[in-house]
Amino acid sequence: MVTLRINGREHQLDGLDPEMPLLWALRDHLGLTGTRFGCGKGQCGACTIHVDGKATRACMYPIGSLGERTVTTIEGLASQADQALQDAWVEHQVPQCGYCQAGQIMTAAELLANNPTPDDEAIDTAMSGNLCRCGTYQRIRAAIKTAAIKTAGAKR
Amino acid sequence: MTTATGADVRVVNVSRRDLLKGLLGAGGLVLGVQLFPGAARAAMGAGGALAETFAPDLFLSIDASGLVSIVAHRSEMGTGIRTSLPMVLADELEADWERVTLTQAPGDAAYGDQNTDGSRSVRQFFGAMRQIGATARTMLESAAARAWNVDASECAAQNHEVVHGPSGRSIGFGDLVPIAAVLDTPDAAAVRLKDPSEWRYIGGKGVPLADGRDIVTGKAGFGLDVVLEGMKFATIERCPVLGGAPKSFDDAETLAVPGVERVVPVPGYQGAPAFSPVGGLAVIGRDTWSVLQGRNALEVEWEEGEHASYDSRLFRRDLEREVRKTGQVVRNRGDVDTALAAADTTLEAEYYCPHLAHAPMEPPCAVARVADGKCEVWAPTQSPQTARASVAQALGLRPVDVTIHVTLLGGGFGRKSKPDYIVEAAVLAAVIEAPVKLVWTREDDIRHDYYHSVSAQHYTAGLDADGKLTAWRARTAFPPIGSTFNPASQLGIGEAGQGVIDMPYDVPNIRCEVGAAQGHVRIGWLRSVANVYHAFACSSFVDEIAHARGLDPLDNLLDLLGPQQHVDLDGARYGNYGGSPADHPIDTGRFAHVVRLAAEKSGWGTALGPGRGRGLAVHRSFLCYVAVVAQVEVQDDGSILIPRIDMAVDAGQLIHPDRVVAQMEGAAVFGASLALTGEITAKGGAIEQGNFDDYTIVRMNRAPREVAVHLVESHRPPGGVGEPGVPPIAPALCNAVFAATGQRIRSLPLSRHDLKRS
Repeated sequence: MVTLRINGREHQLDGLDPEMPLLWALRDHLGLTGTRFGCGKGQCGACTIHVDGKATRACMYPIGSLGERTVTTIEGLASQADQALQDAWVEHQVPQCGYCQAGQIMTAAELLANNPTPDDEAIDTAMSGNLCRCGTYQRIRAAIKTAAIKTAGAKR
Repeated sequence: MTTATGADVRVVNVSRRDLLKGLLGAGGLVLGVQLFPGAARAAMGAGGALAETFAPDLFLSIDASGLVSIVAHRSEMGTGIRTSLPMVLADELEADWERVTLTQAPGDAAYGDQNTDGSRSVRQFFGAMRQIGATARTMLESAAARAWNVDASECAAQNHEVVHGPSGRSIGFGDLVPIAAVLDTPDAAAVRLKDPSEWRYIGGKGVPLADGRDIVTGKAGFGLDVVLEGMKFATIERCPVLGGAPKSFDDAETLAVPGVERVVPVPGYQGAPAFSPVGGLAVIGRDTWSVLQGRNALEVEWEEGEHASYDSRLFRRDLEREVRKTGQVVRNRGDVDTALAAADTTLEAEYYCPHLAHAPMEPPCAVARVADGKCEVWAPTQSPQTARASVAQALGLRPVDVTIHVTLLGGGFGRKSKPDYIVEAAVLAAVIEAPVKLVWTREDDIRHDYYHSVSAQHYTAGLDADGKLTAWRARTAFPPIGSTFNPASQLGIGEAGQGVIDMPYDVPNIRCEVGAAQGHVRIGWLRSVANVYHAFACSSFVDEIAHARGLDPLDNLLDLLGPQQHVDLDGARYGNYGGSPADHPIDTGRFAHVVRLAAEKSGWGTALGPGRGRGLAVHRSFLCYVAVVAQVEVQDDGSILIPRIDMAVDAGQLIHPDRVVAQMEGAAVFGASLALTGEITAKGGAIEQGNFDDYTIVRMNRAPREVAVHLVESHRPPGGVGEPGVPPIAPALCNAVFAATGQRIRSLPLSRHDLKRS
């Protein structure tokens, strides 16, 4: 039996391999399919979630290692800043196919939580682990900057 | 009938036909539509036969609340087509986009061509969508005229209601539905299309992406997200070499993995790979992780078959030998041999581009259920009709007993036109008699793709004493896409129509030749297809000619294009992407215009810092003209940064300009990926790459920092936009590298070259 704390709820899963990556527990056993499979080895970032607030690759994180840590997935993004980020994504019409975007947003949310006004270099550093085959990087960058401005404005 | 829009479309009010139950068949005003684009119509004969064969599918309904439901019949893989085509219909209808819902069509020939490929959706269906929307608008206006007992000419639809001009009265669409539902469908001739000045969405700001909010909240449904009651999971171990089969296997350890239930052989293809599974051993179980673990424990000895000696490094030599001799002539003007012999200077260059993999972010996947002689599939597919036919054939079912539900596609790029993975899922569902989700790993995707073909080109030019170009000889060789469907096929004549035959330059002596090459992996079409390698060779060679002539590349290019004219292809067989020569001639004026525009916007000719250079390339594909100026900065370590790319685009009439811009931005990144590091190699018949660590695609920090897209305003018939941005990117980058370093790049990817700052 393993207990997973996800998006503010506890889930008990029985009989699963503790080595099973969180990605597959989320997708196949908890119906949280917003976390995407892209590579299975931490290369693409499509499966990015937050573990205790830190952007983490769910495809590399065994459920047995989670312990008391709390998980946030794209379905659980709820803060005002996170919603401003999602709004900025819509405003800039960032998505093309959309598959990688949940992971992109999870990475960007962590970036903005730690650095509310990131410059291009900080955005590059944070976001270069997330691949987008459609090539939406330019709009991702723009959306992050828009969200940063809006969130900073709201706090004032 | 062919309508005022030039669209082959028949629209009929089917509101009262109870027997018609389609996706939208829930009362209200329901319009049935039959689409016969191009060849399909010709094949069906003259218009008289249509009445007998009329089997419309329902495209549009409006219910009593005024909710407008529109069928999206093309696949959404990122181009925005699920938004853009319904938007066209809504615009002509004068519908408020906020009160429109979309339904995704399953695979059915009644929807016309659904193969979302070849940058065709808008150019084939723009006219039809306008006609359907305008027909419904006309009916609503007639309904209002009846309600008020006034002349219909006094009634005009406006933002989801009909307004009576003289009195200013209005009625909402929903309230008009009961009256409109019993009206005869107006003749196409009586349907007035909007003047472009009246468009509310088309060509302007457009509308928000239909799936945008769902995507950013994680709710959007891709193929891999489908869940069925009692569903099993499957993964397939396939032979690393195409056409191989298991000689023997031991699944004892596999079956010992908790959660694994069984191992099922999947038969491979007979004869040609086509759209069939390549075969292998499927591990079935309760979740993805279990079956992947079980698969790791599987021991298989393969009979590798005829392609086991394929080595892409050696094959490159074969291709180069092939283009050093005369091939099959596919275009001829004047006498190239004589002109070359008489030339003051001749210029020769050889180019090479490797295999590429599509690598959509969502790997191939499908969910299938087979029961009671019927099969239902949910899959991210570009071509649901091909999937339907392939599944029906594999299971021995009639196509009508196969339903293909189209999910959102997590990228396609041509990979998801091929339904091999859908057939695999269907076959497994039939064998295990339970619903099954088939998961491809990234390694499966990279190692079992329908690869972009490997190719070589040999170009020769003759210049006279004045530096004028007198002869142009282009040779190309590559395993053709046809080899996937007929292993004996070695000449890609069709592919030569993508950047070789249709070369626009004004040269008195031209000869284009295609050499032979055998396929040893499945060859397929990848975003812009043969234009990738042909534009690389052609636009690189044009840059070499500029250098040889001592001309600025911009001046050289405009000089080679010559005066504005429609290019005469000297009687060559040329498909023109299905576009008629009258609507879509090869127009050197449009070439020159985008070239000038890109150059002007890029600051062409102004000084750049050390290690930097600009490169220019132009290419027409899918009836769209794209010129690119790329700026590169070569770092001390020889790596490349791309500070800026300017793209000038003439795609004719634009429907959703923001999505056109997005497609071009994406094409710049896709092109940069293939130019910088894109390379699939084979050894012992097996693909050597497997994931994003060894088949790298460009990341944000190496992507073009700024992509500026400059759209040409036009009311010419629309061209494609999904693919045409890709071809000129790689040559523009390599020409920029030449400008920055003096090093001429004649093979891709750039990462194979040792670059030095000059």
